[in-house]
Amino acid sequence: MRNVFLFLKRYSVFIFFLVMQGVALSMLFSYNRFHQTAYGMFSNEVAGELNKKVNGVETFFTLNKQNESLREENAKLLSYLPSGSLYADTAFRLVSDTALVDSLAGFRQFQYFSAKIISNSVFLQQNIIVLHRGSDQGIEPNMAVVGTDGLIGTVVNVSKNMSIVMSLLHRQSKVIAVLKKGSGLGEVSWDGKDPRFLVLNKIPKTIEVKKGDTVVTSTYSDKFPPGLPIGFVEKVEQDQETNTYKLKIKTAVDFYTVQHAYVVKNLLQEEMDKLKSTLIKE
Amino acid sequence: MSLIIKNIFRFAVMLFIQIFVLSKIPPLHQFIVPYFYFAFILWLPFRIGRAALLFIGFAAGMTSDMFFKTPGLHTAACVLIAYIRPFLVNLLLPKEATDWGNEEPSKKTMGPVPYTTYLVMLTLLHHFYLILLEWMQFGSFLYFLGKLIATTLVSLLLISITDLFLNRKSKLR
Repeated sequence: MRNVFLFLKRYSVFIFFLVMQGVALSMLFSYNRFHQTAYGMFSNEVAGELNKKVNGVETFFTLNKQNESLREENAKLLSYLPSGSLYADTAFRLVSDTALVDSLAGFRQFQYFSAKIISNSVFLQQNIIVLHRGSDQGIEPNMAVVGTDGLIGTVVNVSKNMSIVMSLLHRQSKVIAVLKKGSGLGEVSWDGKDPRFLVLNKIPKTIEVKKGDTVVTSTYSDKFPPGLPIGFVEKVEQDQETNTYKLKIKTAVDFYTVQHAYVVKNLLQEEMDKLKSTLIKE
Repeated sequence: MSLIIKNIFRFAVMLFIQIFVLSKIPPLHQFIVPYFYFAFILWLPFRIGRAALLFIGFAAGMTSDMFFKTPGLHTAACVLIAYIRPFLVNLLLPKEATDWGNEEPSKKTMGPVPYTTYLVMLTLLHHFYLILLEWMQFGSFLYFLGKLIATTLVSLLLISITDLFLNRKSKLR
């Protein structure tokens, strides 16, 4: 027994070292299951506060660009206003809203929440964006995040007032995409080299692809609104080993300067998940 | 200024620059991602015990991980260099490290050659471990090697510039 204590005393620092390494490494390798733990929540809130303050200063320098893109979006939205179009007088009548569903209008599938980006990185291998919106404001994990120009990423972790977004510039990010021309189903990922460019794989060679073609989200995805721009084809490469292209695409969103984002909630998600779960059970 | 407050202040400033300046500027190359905040561990006084040093390394790593959003990655690397540091100091210094009191490792207290060795060895070790852990999750061997060399060189440059700024006076020698 005495020898055990002597051993412990002699190697206490080494044991201390091993324990700390163990804690650190287990945290690192269980990252994906790390979402709800206390440390995650705490660090999210504390670091978020500081990020918010510094971001306040940074925003100042990109105000011009931000204003411009907001103005552009305003113009786009204004064009949808009823005052912008003319209707025949006969179509105008007052209806008291008793029906739950307006059979003339479409269902609303996607709801948009505006959110400010308070922390953003482009130079790491696993780039993450922090939004100043959290579970209290209705954000849930797995929602899509879009900018004014196109897709930004997916929400992965939510605390009360902040949420963490896996941006397209994350090595584990994968998004199903199609060419806007209407053909081909591919997968957008990032090769970790240049934050300005993404990689689109799995587009078959039977389709003609040119430089400048728009790549958009597909209708098959249940979290991303369809037809949202992801990027533009920059370089067409033939993959010698397979029957598919390897396309280098320029991101639609400028990840260096992006400041505002919209979180997209799919209102049909719950119903869809329910339907899918019945399939798995059988 | 009290030694503890001085070191906490130093850590805060270095981490702030690391997160809000170095992480914001566009990268020169995908291989070059310099880290220099961990040099604060290298500049702690000689007197600090090994267990205390480990604890400081752990706390510093956890704090930086909060901002990098990489739980555990920087903690592991910081704890490793905090553990290795006393061995290296004993190897490089002729006297017992505890005799030095509140002195910090610097060019004057250690001598230029041992001090450079000390900086290079620990920086290389820190980056080796950090990039190894990253490489285990993705990447190729060439990526690992290229990033290790390029990043270490740029980090060392940053650390030596910071060293000039600190302007530490030495009472010994």
